[in-house]
Amino acid sequence: MSGYIADAAALARKDLLVELRTRDTVPAMLLFVVAALVVFHFALPAESSRLAASGMLWIALLFTALLALVRAFVGERDQGTLDGLILAPCDRSAIWVGKTLSVLAFLLFAEAVALPAFALFYEDVTWELVAGLALANVGIATVGTLLGAMAAAARARELLLPLLFLPLAIPLVVGGVGATVAEDPGRYLAFLGLYDLIFAILSWASFEYVVTE
Amino acid sequence: MSTSLRNNGAALLSLSAAALLVAGLSLAIFWAPEDADQGISQKIFYVHVPVALTAYACFFWAAWKALRLLWRGGERYDLESYTAVHMGVIFGVLTLVTGSIWAKVSWGQWWVWSERQLTLFLILFLFYSAYFMLRYSTDPGPRRARTSAVYALFGVVLIPVSFLAIRLAEGLIHPVVFKRDGPAMEGSMFLTFCVCFSGMLALAGALYLVELSGKRADASLRSLRERLA
Amino acid sequence: MSTGEKYLWAAYLVLFGAVLLYVVLISLKVGRLEREITSLVELAREREGRSG
Repeated sequence: MSGYIADAAALARKDLLVELRTRDTVPAMLLFVVAALVVFHFALPAESSRLAASGMLWIALLFTALLALVRAFVGERDQGTLDGLILAPCDRSAIWVGKTLSVLAFLLFAEAVALPAFALFYEDVTWELVAGLALANVGIATVGTLLGAMAAAARARELLLPLLFLPLAIPLVVGGVGATVAEDPGRYLAFLGLYDLIFAILSWASFEYVVTE
Repeated sequence: MSTSLRNNGAALLSLSAAALLVAGLSLAIFWAPEDADQGISQKIFYVHVPVALTAYACFFWAAWKALRLLWRGGERYDLESYTAVHMGVIFGVLTLVTGSIWAKVSWGQWWVWSERQLTLFLILFLFYSAYFMLRYSTDPGPRRARTSAVYALFGVVLIPVSFLAIRLAEGLIHPVVFKRDGPAMEGSMFLTFCVCFSGMLALAGALYLVELSGKRADASLRSLRERLA
Repeated sequence: MSTGEKYLWAAYLVLFGAVLLYVVLISLKVGRLEREITSLVELAREREGRSG
């Protein structure tokens, strides 16, 4: 068991180190999310409510997450390191855990910039929003990592991943926006937690089937 | 031998589908009473709901075959699961079209977001359309079979989760105004519905078997060509 | 015919039309399978002629 955790941690650390050296993904995500927030200012009519701004924030974060998910496996695939990972003497699902953790770290980086920018441009950041984001991050990373592995085997990977991911992300958007704007965020946060639990177990259990030849 | 049995199954199912659907729709038009609130247009129910339930049945069948593929392995489950998704999408589109007609006649609009089932089918339609994209852009082989199977399994988990999400979103975005099921169904209505539903299931089964033997013939022809070439 | 009746018939016809469309698609598929089988039979004959 401790070996499993060590494997997963080593894989996550590897992704973070690679990112630290190449700086491929995170700067792009940061720039993208800020740019999206600026674009949304011009997309929202002047007297739009703050509710609309919250919804837009969620859309911006979802699309930013897609950038990280596409990069997570496409890079491995392009450099041919994915096969090496699969052949490594560790449990395959540990690869999924490692990837999920690194995607989660990237998302946290992006949000660390996005939330202050949102507070500056639009509305104050509430604790409900932060709690919703924390839960939604887990859902995005778990499902997204599995779908990224699926899409990595396909020809049009960058195109395919959003198509696979967006229908599955609809419940996350519902839960997240609900937690942000509803009077009683508890129900929505509980729903996000339920989503995370169900899809984390499912993705963890099925990852091996998706990556082995 | 097994092939002829399979074809007989399709023939048998087609015959019962024809009989049951003709009987069911005749009952719906001539026998079942008109709904007190909605009048004659309520009879769209006898097409719309059976089609929707049949689509669910197809998706569950696909997931069941996918589960067996992952559990036991076996090339044939892949084609079966794929065919079931194919049928599910066809019936899903029919659900969207008939539901849209019903929305138009009941509420004067072609699309109503507060109609839960319709919204759910829209999400499922998007989800399962991506299944085809996934299949078409991956090279055939055991990995594609397993990937598609995992995706099909995700589909049946997504159904209840999305349903819950839609209910939650409804309280948020739209107040619940419309309720389709007013008073409880009368006995004659329920009987008519059951006949229509079993007819629709038989139709889906027949189409499934026909499509499956077509896809199998395709696969055998391909392997024959490879061997002869 | 009332508007309600018109929409009712539209819904039923959608179902009927879908089944007919499916027949068209299947007939196209059967035609393609037939052509492929014919070409394979020819291929097999040629091979037999060559070897025999």
